[in-house]
Amino acid sequence: MEYFAIIIGAIFVNNIVLAQFLGICPFLGVSNKVETSLGMGAAVTFVMAIASVVVYLIQYHILVPLEIQYMQTIVFILVIASLVQMVEIMLKKLSPALYQALGIFLPLITTNCAVLGVAIILVQKEYSLLESVVFSVSSAIGFSLALVLFAGLRERLDFEDVPKSMKGVPIALVTAGILAMAFMGFSGLV
Amino acid sequence: MSKLQILTKGIIKDNPSFVLLLGMCPMLGTTSSAINGLSMGIATLFVLTLSNIAISLIKDFIPAKVRIPSFIVVIASFVTVVQLCMEAFVPELYATLGVFIPLIVVNCIILGRAEAFASKNNVINSALDGIGMGLGFTMALVLLGTVREALGAGSFFGFKFIEGDGILLFVLAPGAFIALAYLLVIFNKLTAKLK
Repeated sequence: MEYFAIIIGAIFVNNIVLAQFLGICPFLGVSNKVETSLGMGAAVTFVMAIASVVVYLIQYHILVPLEIQYMQTIVFILVIASLVQMVEIMLKKLSPALYQALGIFLPLITTNCAVLGVAIILVQKEYSLLESVVFSVSSAIGFSLALVLFAGLRERLDFEDVPKSMKGVPIALVTAGILAMAFMGFSGLV
Repeated sequence: MSKLQILTKGIIKDNPSFVLLLGMCPMLGTTSSAINGLSMGIATLFVLTLSNIAISLIKDFIPAKVRIPSFIVVIASFVTVVQLCMEAFVPELYATLGVFIPLIVVNCIILGRAEAFASKNNVINSALDGIGMGLGFTMALVLLGTVREALGAGSFFGFKFIEGDGILLFVLAPGAFIALAYLLVIFNKLTAKLK
C-alpha cells in the first residue's frame, strides 16, 4: 500500500514536470514529436533508476559514515555525469539496438535537473533502497507521461492558427499551463 | 565590446530567461512570490559571478578535454557555499526554495556562461558578464514573481493591496506557465518595438 501511494503520488499528484518544475528544458526542447519524447522518456527512466541506487549507496555508505553530507551536491552531480557516460559506453557494447534508439538523448540527461532533483528528494525524504527505486522509476514515468502528452498536443498545435506573437514558446507554455491544470485534478488522491 | 556593453547585454539584449530561454526550472519553480524570486535570483547571481571569475582565472590550466567536468566541480563548490550560508543565516528561505538551491548546479545559464564567455575572456570581463547575466536573470525572476504574487495573492512583496485572496491559480503550478507565456509575449513585443 505504501509503495502504491509513492507510485501514484510521483506519477500523477506531484508530477515532476507539471507540479514540481523539474526537467522543464527537455520538456520544452524535445517535445515536438511523440516518437522523440518517448525516446527521451525511456532514457531518463533508465538513468534515473540506476542513479537512485548509486546515490542511495553513496549517501548512506560513504557520505553519512564519514560525516561529509555537505559534499552532497558536488558528489551527486559528478556521480550522475559519470554514470551517464558509463551507461552510454556500456549500452554501445552490450545492446547496440537500444543504444541506437536512445543514442542522442543520453548525453542530454546530465543537464536534466530532474535526475539530480530526484536524487536530492530521495535523500531528503529518507527513503529506503527499495522505496528510492520505486520513487525514482515512478517519477521518471511521470516525466515521460507529461512529455508524451505534451508532444501529442504540440503536434496538433502545428496546424492551428496561432497569433503571430504567441507562436513558438509562449503558446507551448500556455498549453503546458492547461496540462498542469488538468493534473491538478489528481491532487488529494493520496 | 566595451565594458558597459558586456555588463548590460545580459539585461535586455541577451536576457538569459526571456531571450535565450535558459534556466526555466528555477524560473517557474521559485517565483510563487516576488521575495522568493528575488532571493533565488541573488543566489544565482552570486554563484554565476564567482564561478565566472574562478573559471577565467584557471582557464589556462584546465586541459580542453576535461573542461566541462572541471567547470561543474567549480560551480558545485560555489553552490555548496551558498547552500551552507543560506541554511545558517536564512533557514526559512532555505526551506521554501528547497531543492532548487542545490539545483543551481544544473542551471544551464551558469555552465553556458562558463563555456561561452569565462573560458575565453579575462577576469574583469568575465566578472562583469556574470553580474550582467545574473541581474538579467534576477530581473526576470522578480518580474514573474511580482506578477504571480499580485494576481495570485493580491500583494506586492508581501504587502496586501486587496482584501481576501486573489486568483489562487497563479500561485500554483499552472499559473506559472501561463504568466510566463504572457510575459514572454509582452517582452517580445517591446523589444521588437525598440529595434
